[in-house]
Amino acid sequence: MLKGRNLIDPMDFSLVELEEFFNYADEIIKDPKDFSHVCDGKILATLFYEPSTRTRLSFEAAMLRLGGQVLGFSEAQSSSASKGESVADTIRTVECYADIAAIRHPKEGAPKVAAMNSKMPVINAGDGGHQHPTQTLTDLLTIRNIKGTLSNLTIGICGDLKFGRTVHSLIKAMSRYENIKFILIAPNELSIPKYIKVEVLEKNNIEFTEVEKLEDVIGDLDILYMTRVQKERFFNEEDYIRLKDSYILDKEKMLKAKKDMIILHPLPRVNEIAVEIDTDPRACYFRQAKFGMYARMALIAKLLGVDK
Amino acid sequence: MVRINSIQRGIVIDHIKAGVGLKIFNYLGLDKAEFTVALIMNAPSGKLGRKDIIKIENEIDIDFTVLGFIDPNITIDIINGEKIESKIKLKLPDKIENVIKCINPRCITSTEQEILHSFYLSNREKGEYRCTYCDEINNPNNIS
Repeated sequence: MLKGRNLIDPMDFSLVELEEFFNYADEIIKDPKDFSHVCDGKILATLFYEPSTRTRLSFEAAMLRLGGQVLGFSEAQSSSASKGESVADTIRTVECYADIAAIRHPKEGAPKVAAMNSKMPVINAGDGGHQHPTQTLTDLLTIRNIKGTLSNLTIGICGDLKFGRTVHSLIKAMSRYENIKFILIAPNELSIPKYIKVEVLEKNNIEFTEVEKLEDVIGDLDILYMTRVQKERFFNEEDYIRLKDSYILDKEKMLKAKKDMIILHPLPRVNEIAVEIDTDPRACYFRQAKFGMYARMALIAKLLGVDK
Repeated sequence: MVRINSIQRGIVIDHIKAGVGLKIFNYLGLDKAEFTVALIMNAPSGKLGRKDIIKIENEIDIDFTVLGFIDPNITIDIINGEKIESKIKLKLPDKIENVIKCINPRCITSTEQEILHSFYLSNREKGEYRCTYCDEINNPNNIS
């Protein structure tokens, strides 16, 4: 039962609860019109202490498509935080006006503080480099819908595996399913943190390999999850120049990929996926953004406990 | 060898890792005590090589949870009539509150001071604690 719950950490929902969530999302995807009034009279507060147009629009679109309404702010300067109000006080005030809140904050743990002080459901819409659970739900829903399963998959994750919170959450979430194999593609400087290897992968006996070059392994993958490699993350220019092309997906590399491999990316993309790939049927990152909206629709409806 | 008289009635905190005694002494507010207290540093120890000991000539309320967090190997002897009346075995507490502050500068507790500083035991074998809010690993060295 997800009614009245919060979503702060990607692992907050059990596998059974995730199934409940996925099944509801599938119903929405099948016939969104059936759900266009389930949130009539309900209000979502989007409390965005730092700008994130994409996530905010996805939340707002989700609530509007459920028939609900939205209020909020999109940067800290336009909120009471600029006057020194605490997160706890803000959420206590906002719950007088709204039924559910999505909060994005540059400080890690802020959504948890909000949830601890709120009687309405609180959704973490991203807290610094810590968690971004609705991105994880989006990723899982996308994989489940396009590949038809969350088990028996070889998942390649490419790019910045050190600082990428979406990557860490995805690995944790996918590690709960059967027969998952990871191929982690990153330069040494940006390789996956040791605690993910020890506490998640090794602890759950998940098979994984670490490689430096995408072209060496792309043919083995069912899913290629791309992330952006930022130049400033490298210790020296020489390594950046040596490796940068390995983390740019282009037509040449795609020739080696399976016919049914799918490419995912949390977006925004900069140059790590060449625009020429966009027309390849395996490029699923814009469909992923749409699944993100459906995931948020299902989440809002489930936490509010509304139904058609 | 320094000689410290045995105490009549009170508490002996023994087997403190050398160097940690002063931290515990300050944490318990013993620097302001109006009764006899002794902080013995770098005493020889068969088990530890060197250890710190605190002797308190009074019955005071001690938060053993915090001592367990600082070092679960510490032993507590309750003394009555110069004899050990009982021994208290410490263990790592599952949760600690307002003992240390999170070291993560990006944690919400770094800017909102009124939030309870809360940590949960994430790995008993390693004695590892994580911040309830940001999940950053913190350890007893951060005790103020």
